[in-house]
Amino acid sequence: MSSKNMFTSSVGKKLVMAFTGIFLILFLIVHAGLNACIWANDEGLMFNKAAHFMGSFVVPRVLEIGLFVGIILHIVQGYMLTLENRSKRSVGYAVNYAKGSKWYSRSMALLGTLLLMFLVMHIYHFWTPSRLGGMAGIKSLTVFDKNGVEYHNLYAEMKLVFENVFVVILYVLACGSLAYHLAHGFQSAFKTIGIHNKRYHALISTIGYGFAILIPLAFAMMPLSFYFNLVK
Amino acid sequence: MSHNNMNLKLKVWRQKNANTTGAFVKYDVNDISDEMSFLEMLDVLNEKLIVTGEEPIAFDHDCREGICGMCSLYIDGKPHGPWQANTTCQLHMRAFKDGDTITIEPWRSNAFPIVKDLTVDRGAFDRIIQAGGYVSVNTGNAVDGNSLPINKDDADASFAAAMCIGCGACVAACKNSSAMLFLSAKVSHLALLPQGEPERKSRVLNMVAQMDKEGFGSCTNTGACEAACPKEISIANIARLNKEYLRAGLTAE
Repeated sequence: MSSKNMFTSSVGKKLVMAFTGIFLILFLIVHAGLNACIWANDEGLMFNKAAHFMGSFVVPRVLEIGLFVGIILHIVQGYMLTLENRSKRSVGYAVNYAKGSKWYSRSMALLGTLLLMFLVMHIYHFWTPSRLGGMAGIKSLTVFDKNGVEYHNLYAEMKLVFENVFVVILYVLACGSLAYHLAHGFQSAFKTIGIHNKRYHALISTIGYGFAILIPLAFAMMPLSFYFNLVK
Repeated sequence: MSHNNMNLKLKVWRQKNANTTGAFVKYDVNDISDEMSFLEMLDVLNEKLIVTGEEPIAFDHDCREGICGMCSLYIDGKPHGPWQANTTCQLHMRAFKDGDTITIEPWRSNAFPIVKDLTVDRGAFDRIIQAGGYVSVNTGNAVDGNSLPINKDDADASFAAAMCIGCGACVAACKNSSAMLFLSAKVSHLALLPQGEPERKSRVLNMVAQMDKEGFGSCTNTGACEAACPKEISIANIARLNKEYLRAGLTAE
């Protein structure tokens, strides 16, 4: 075997999953951090500024392309690996071995599918109206700051979207899927890129579980905050 | 220790050969001593089947002392049965209660085709070893064993990985039929020692390539392999294998 097929072997495909996964983990930090600006309680001023910065500055726009490439790679590779792995056992067991592993570690494809469904809805709610426009009411969502710079009022968009109780429920459920996906994915990604030192692995596991609780919790609080009028 | 006899019901996978489809067959076994091993219990059943003119149940076994890696059997939903860190031959009937129904299946993986009944062909593991699980030594005088200084922790980790008996329980336990725990144990025990250094890069690349060719799945770090392993091979070896692979892949010419 040569280094040519380094990323196409069974281990190589997992490396692709791990590297894209870690990239998406980093994205979640940025996303949660920026969105936390809604809790500044300034009618979305700080949040809209932050969102405007991300949408207008070249660096985040370039990273955004990387983000889409990363997400698509992660999704396509994930499905291909799942199908491939399932094909390796044509005759299944009568009694399944469930005790040896956590249910969510065996259900990454299912959790990922739920997240993909959420992602389609989420992009439709916020990304398309902001980046591409064309959604009804987008004009009325535009605000101007003191210097006359035009912002998309994504804060108002959030308020609008999260008036619907079903949307809020779907968002909170998606955060649950994200939590379990991360609970396995975070530490698994670092194992796949070769962290085998016991001390570091223990540290990464702890951080991983913390991350899997805190980040989805922060995201889930956002639709709930709007729905229950906790932000002003 | 009290001695009890028990009556059991067995559901055993019977399959004539690789080309036919198999099915579960139910058997009653009576007066089984709780001091018997699981394989002795199957011996008792086979003796009975031979007397009645039926085909005895085929299953792999050799040393019957838990070190050869020949015995297999997926018992009640776990490779090597309900006990931890244990091979089927060392599983004793006191693990079961009178009246229990025990389901016995072969290792399930397309890379381990069924030969007959509960016997599978684990030749894929031999071919993975042939692809790089060795060190090349030039002939000459035997070298003093202590001439190479080796860190004690590395030696211990290497020995722990070398405990792998290649039984295939990791493949049987894994939802992806991945052989990564086996492969990682074999790669780790040589990668940790200076003797393994000269072929370190080609070994991991060739062994991974052979593993893929044999039709095993890829690892998703669920940990089922580690939980089922009779020799308690650590899943940390898989992370070490990944590091070895990344390092070899990035620096190979």
